Amino acid sequence: MNSAVSPLDERLTVIWRTPPGLRGFLSTVDHKRIGIRYIITAFVFLIAGGIEALIMRVQLSHSNLKILSPETYDQLFTMHGFTMIFLYAGPVLSGFSNYLWPLLLGSRDMAFPRLNALSYWIFVLSGIFLYVSFPLGLSPDAGWFNYPPLSSGPYDSGPNIDFYLLGLIFLGVSTTVGSANFVVSLLRTRAPGMSINRMPILVWGTLTASVGNLLAVPAVSLACVLLFLDRQFGTHFFDVEQHGQPLLWQHLFWMFGHPWVYAIVLPALGIVSDALPTFCRRPLVGYTAVALATVATMIVGFGVWLHHMFATGMPMLSLAFFSAASLVITIPSAVSTFAWIATIWTGKPVLTTAFLFLSSFIVLFVIGGVSGVMTGAVPLDWQLTDTYFVVAHLHYVLIGINVFPVIGGIYYWFPKMTGRLMNERLGRWNFWTMFLGFNLGFFPMHISGLMGMPRRIYTYAPYLGWDAVNLVTTIGSFVFAAGVALFVANFVFSMRRGKAAGDNPWDAPTLEWSVPSPVPPYNFRVIPTVASRHPLWEGRLNESPQRSSLVSGYVLDQGRETLATTVLDAEPDLILKMPGDSYAPLWLSLSLSLAFVGLIVHAPWVAGAGVLAVGASILGWMWPERDLDQTAEPAHV
Amino acid sequence: MSEATLRAQELPVGSFGNKASGWYGVWTLVLTESAIFVYLLFSYFYLASQASGEWPIGGSPSLRLAAPNTLILLLSSACLGWAERSGARRGDRARLLGGIGAAFILGTVFVIIQLREWRGKAFSPQSGTYGSSYYVVTGFHMAHVIVGLTMLAAVFVWAALGKFSRDRHAPLTIGAIYWHFVDVVWVVVFTALYVAPRLK
Repeated sequence: MNSAVSPLDERLTVIWRTPPGLRGFLSTVDHKRIGIRYIITAFVFLIAGGIEALIMRVQLSHSNLKILSPETYDQLFTMHGFTMIFLYAGPVLSGFSNYLWPLLLGSRDMAFPRLNALSYWIFVLSGIFLYVSFPLGLSPDAGWFNYPPLSSGPYDSGPNIDFYLLGLIFLGVSTTVGSANFVVSLLRTRAPGMSINRMPILVWGTLTASVGNLLAVPAVSLACVLLFLDRQFGTHFFDVEQHGQPLLWQHLFWMFGHPWVYAIVLPALGIVSDALPTFCRRPLVGYTAVALATVATMIVGFGVWLHHMFATGMPMLSLAFFSAASLVITIPSAVSTFAWIATIWTGKPVLTTAFLFLSSFIVLFVIGGVSGVMTGAVPLDWQLTDTYFVVAHLHYVLIGINVFPVIGGIYYWFPKMTGRLMNERLGRWNFWTMFLGFNLGFFPMHISGLMGMPRRIYTYAPYLGWDAVNLVTTIGSFVFAAGVALFVANFVFSMRRGKAAGDNPWDAPTLEWSVPSPVPPYNFRVIPTVASRHPLWEGRLNESPQRSSLVSGYVLDQGRETLATTVLDAEPDLILKMPGDSYAPLWLSLSLSLAFVGLIVHAPWVAGAGVLAVGASILGWMWPERDLDQTAEPAHV
Repeated sequence: MSEATLRAQELPVGSFGNKASGWYGVWTLVLTESAIFVYLLFSYFYLASQASGEWPIGGSPSLRLAAPNTLILLLSSACLGWAERSGARRGDRARLLGGIGAAFILGTVFVIIQLREWRGKAFSPQSGTYGSSYYVVTGFHMAHVIVGLTMLAAVFVWAALGKFSRDRHAPLTIGAIYWHFVDVVWVVVFTALYVAPRLK
């Protein structure tokens, strides 16, 4: 229905397209380009973090290997953790949501297009900021959760830890502005008729993660500021000699850290909840229960941080409370799990590569969940904490619940992004190599943990009997890496040679599949009006006589415009004027970089100049514009 | 062209009233900034609960400057509210500029008095966990006041340049929400740091 190009399409293309070349590259605010860029950049970091892991696995493949010095090993595991958790797992999901949200919601862009560009630039610049430390041999080296007193001035005096602290504060700005953008986009830019009970689960997941981030990121940013002040300006927050409290760091870190775990899995669970039903040829079982489970997980997730600190000498009452709260999380998790199983069970599964990734995720989620229940019980945690069992658990959770859905999601939405299908035969090889490699690599870590092998040791003695299990782990990790390489190969190959996809290759139900692939710059020719959760399946499901309207609706072609709707019922409320491409986000993020560079090299004037430049960039950005109808005499009324 | 061309005459366009996206955006800022102060005060009370020395150093902090300063900041908020209600919404430019100007001046007075308060303290940020917490909590707030004053200055300039009308003054509304937030945070900080130690 969208095949013929109408004069309206041409007019909208002129209004919304990004100029070619470097100018467009640096100034674009198109959510689709930013989203894809986010995903690719996150994958570059995934590969960097993966190489770091492989180097460590070589060292651990046999007892008494000393290829890496203890100092280098410390930097490697810290950078590996930081990279995977902060620079891959969060941003890759932001990438999906940036690309998909306006398409899922029936809008022409996010609520704040320039803020979207800003969050990308800050993400990539903070990643570069951190990685500059690597060739200098000055990378953070106190683990990804960076506990003082080890990370405090007297014990780690170089700039290593400062890179960690400043890098994390810097990245936090990106996460925060991105989250604010998602929240406001949800409140304002849903298509008419998309009441909250009609939103895709991915939208629920990202919304929940975003609200969680707005409340949780300040905890870790504050912790980093306080530790930086301790290290550079002589305050005593964590300084034991002056009655400072190292445990305060652990509290602040995990008050952030645990909600963050849900922020980097809930949108991925949303990917599964939205994509899996397409391949089961039926709607998701228990939509309302899954949506509520998503929100409930995050709410309970704010009350479980102490389970990372069971071994620090807490009162029994705290241990009991936080252990119980942690076990409660299994309830919403089980609700979603049974909903996915029921969807497969009662559907007619089509065994595509995407389906393999999405359904195998359920297996890994259950394994990671069960080891989570085990460590959520205090007595067992006291035995297992700081062993490889915990390493196994967190990798089952993060790779199982993040990487597998993400790759499944790319197989699913790649045709929408590029107009081409990914190769299915290569896809099978990709899936089975990754799935077998992952389990071969990480399942034995449970065993080495139970055998007493502590995490973060750079080598071990032969008489401990850990050689065989570690060799298997190392072999598995290389097989897994080969699987990821096959994915990258398929991605690159299919981008050029993949079969043409058409608008809706999977016969999927949601709005993004109603527009051409790749999506035109303006997304929707007219703003659709939504009458159900499955606008493209209404005919066959026939749940109600109402039908969504995809061909008639608001046109909005007087410059860049999209429709604002009311918060709960999504009734038309206002026509939003959207900004054009702009260098402001790039300037602001470069100014912010200058401030952080000034701090790391101890040049207060440089940092001050950076702060002033930040202020100037924001003022320029906020200056009321007549073209955007922000001034007393608007251009368009 | 088959599609109906709905060009809604009845819908307002652009930054109209409280419907601008920025109005929603500033509330997300307030939410995340509130969280910062919650964690700051958590840290303050956590360190207080674990303190072994004198907390606060030198007994409860004096209210001589802080109490009037609190009133000054609240008055500043009131002036800004007046600028919006009696100025911007009625198209009265004199009240608009007068209200924003008064809010800015009172905010600046708050900063000057707070600097005097800091200078008069017998302890520094390096004086144990109390000194560190006191200065970091009040310092974080001070940083927010300075950001707020910068916003007020910008809004004043835009008002003077005639950028606002009765229906379109989103920057003022947004700046005011932030400024009221900064003032409410001060009341909380004041209660925690100045009033709470007296209740022991």
